[in-house]
Amino acid sequence: MNEYKLIADHLIYEYNKGTAQARKALDDVSFVLRSGEFVGLIGHTGSGKSTLVQHLVALLKPDSGTIYYEGADIFEKDYNRKALRGKVGLVFQYPEYQLFEETVLSEVSYGPKNMGMDKKEAELAAYAAIKRVGLEDECFDQSPFDLSGGQKRRVAIASVLAMKPEILILDEPTAGLDPAGRTELLDMIKELKDKEGITIVLVSHSMDDVAEAADRIIVMDKGKIIYDDEPRAVFTHIEELEAMGLGAPEMSYVLHELKAAGLPVDVNAITLKEAKEEILRALA
Amino acid sequence: MKKKNKEAAPSAKRKVSSFLSIRNLKYEYIRRDEENNVEGITTAVDDVSLDVKEGEFIAILGHNGSGKSTLAKHINAILFPEEGEVILDGMDTKDEEKLLDIRRTAGMVFQNPDNQIIGQVVDEDVAFGPENMGIPTDEIAQRVEESLKTLGMWDYRDSSPNRLSGGQKQRVSIASVIAMHPKCIILDEPTAMLDPRGRYEVIRAARALNEVEGITIILITHYMEEVIHAHRVFVMDKGRVKMEGTPREIFSRVQELKEMRLTVPQVTELAWELKKSGLRIPDGILTREELVKEILKLVSSRTGVSS
Amino acid sequence: MIRDITLGQYYQADSVVHRLDPRTKLLGTLVYLISLFVFTKAWVFVAAATFLLICIFLSKVPFSYMLKGLKPILFILLFTLVLNMLFTKGTVLVSWWKFSITEEGLKQAGYMGTRLILLILGSNLMTLTTTPTRLTNAMEHVMKPLKVIHVPVHEIAMMMSIALRFIPILLEETDRIMKAQLARGADFESGNIIKKAKSFIPVLVPLFISAFRRANDLAMAMEARCYHGGNGRTQYRPLKYKGRDFAAYILLLIYLAAVIVIGKFLNL
Repeated sequence: MNEYKLIADHLIYEYNKGTAQARKALDDVSFVLRSGEFVGLIGHTGSGKSTLVQHLVALLKPDSGTIYYEGADIFEKDYNRKALRGKVGLVFQYPEYQLFEETVLSEVSYGPKNMGMDKKEAELAAYAAIKRVGLEDECFDQSPFDLSGGQKRRVAIASVLAMKPEILILDEPTAGLDPAGRTELLDMIKELKDKEGITIVLVSHSMDDVAEAADRIIVMDKGKIIYDDEPRAVFTHIEELEAMGLGAPEMSYVLHELKAAGLPVDVNAITLKEAKEEILRALA
Repeated sequence: MKKKNKEAAPSAKRKVSSFLSIRNLKYEYIRRDEENNVEGITTAVDDVSLDVKEGEFIAILGHNGSGKSTLAKHINAILFPEEGEVILDGMDTKDEEKLLDIRRTAGMVFQNPDNQIIGQVVDEDVAFGPENMGIPTDEIAQRVEESLKTLGMWDYRDSSPNRLSGGQKQRVSIASVIAMHPKCIILDEPTAMLDPRGRYEVIRAARALNEVEGITIILITHYMEEVIHAHRVFVMDKGRVKMEGTPREIFSRVQELKEMRLTVPQVTELAWELKKSGLRIPDGILTREELVKEILKLVSSRTGVSS
Repeated sequence: MIRDITLGQYYQADSVVHRLDPRTKLLGTLVYLISLFVFTKAWVFVAAATFLLICIFLSKVPFSYMLKGLKPILFILLFTLVLNMLFTKGTVLVSWWKFSITEEGLKQAGYMGTRLILLILGSNLMTLTTTPTRLTNAMEHVMKPLKVIHVPVHEIAMMMSIALRFIPILLEETDRIMKAQLARGADFESGNIIKKAKSFIPVLVPLFISAFRRANDLAMAMEARCYHGGNGRTQYRPLKYKGRDFAAYILLLIYLAAVIVIGKFLNL
């Protein structure tokens, strides 16, 4: 039942159509999202991943093909696309650059208000979302512009979360953060899935961002989906990934090299902990 | 574990021969409210002293807000010390008459690739620095060609910067600095906004300039993988230099780095974890090759014993 | 959507007009524009049109492409035509209800229309064949005498050139912020004009903040590269007149003479 939350059906989209610089950003893209999944969408700059996620919330319209959300075609003339954007939340890259309100609370209530909630409801939703992203109570009345870079980003994520989306798409959420900030944010996103059951799509150019948390990885290159499989299966294509300028998680490389040197390790381990255990096991 | 004082001033001894010498530098940001009352003071750089020799490749590590960028902006007189002094190639950065000389001695590449390209065409941007310095027209053309070729961007000389990738834009910015013939280049988080491919391009360019042209490089970053080729690494936290040493020395102190919101390269961490589990692996492993070699050494020593 | 707007669009081609010194083109265009306004005579317009056609032919810019440039002013053009036709007093030709079309009105409308079309085509030809950089460069040169009365010529030129560099970046940024707010449920289309204007606040505030941040970064980057105003600055590509520029000036003089003779002395 209700297994497929969202279906992308043969999407084609071209930039600068009809001019000399025409370029296919999406070239026959199809995939499904299931309820409660954590999907990593990986590709380097210009692979079409950002174009794809803008289609998922109907900010771009495909030249051909379409998208179904809970069975309804989101590009139908009478489809309520505004309501869709509440259910499928998209957090843009560097989302802190979209902040505009005087206080954090009013910033985060902007989305829920647009979704038709009254002031009280919106503020309650905002309150919950701000707590959810791990900001302190003191922040509520502060100007979002007085916060640190990492905190601003959390406010921006909260402003989408407050609309209570069923699917949350994050475009490069860790860009520009320092190592600790990165880990904290990724842990928070993982929690959204585990505790609230929100379906997550995390867009990134780094395999290391998604290797641990993702149930499934979709790899894009030149507007096409190349792999759509569980992480371990994707990382077996280490050479192909390398050719796309992506590469596998660092641990995969270590294990591959050890195996090539004759140590009987299982190359499928991807996290640091798994790799450590694998090496200790092989040496025992 | 509080070794703060011992760590804080390892470079405080005077070295006359140093190319860059920073002495007890302090810089505070004063935040004011609407009525101009002081709301709070943030000490961005707190009593920092360090020395850099000509031709060195230096990395300054630190998490966001650790003061590393503020420190960098003092080196080429974009910010001026409130306390302490910065001497670059014999010039005091507070000396206003030397301002242009200081800036041409130490060029700077910034974080955002879009906000530092001034020209509408790549070669015009590279010419901007030399034009400001009053270099004769013929020589500007020479310098533009030579710098763009060094950075592998000559084929893009007629392109609009808006058409380039992030990594290419940063290479143009480096070329623009090179055209001023600096002795030193400060790269202030040049890769923070780039994808892995762009990051690789920029770091490779910086290393080549250091090795081939002998230009002093000061790289500011929070990506651990980028500093393993540096000669020396300074780690900053809360405005102070907390560690100083070779990458190997720095990365053997995994626990301390973690306390400063930093990590070590993943391979280093794996080696550290393996060591904690009882394997005989040395501290400060930096690359995959080193780790694989060490593990294989363990294997052969064991089989050596058992056979 | 918003990215489709192009400003000062340059048409890449290898022609003698493209290669002319930008100062020649700037002065030429100026003389041409003035000539359109000094005399209101059919034969002057014929001379101007001939001159323009020769230039367009030499520039290798397709004529159809030139005509496309008239599209944005089509409305203004029609508006002026109708206004002139209906509200000029004189010999009535056709009369209908309160309106009447006069002979003078028709003539006036014809002149105004031709003048506008020639004006737009002429100035478009300049921007189509000259890169913005070269154009600002030329303006700095041509305006140099104004330095005597303390007009900051260099600064104005530098500002124009930086503006031109950042327009595409800011347009893209606007597009991005609009999309980000749409993703947060913003609605830029429904409601009355006040509501619509209000709905743009979430776009304008971030856009201004971003523009200021960029300006700040850019100022720092310029300083770091030894920028200290126009004094003592040399040039990478100084403007130099070549043989073709003298030929162009001679052609321009012939045109000027022809226009004066036709306008002032000939009674056609």
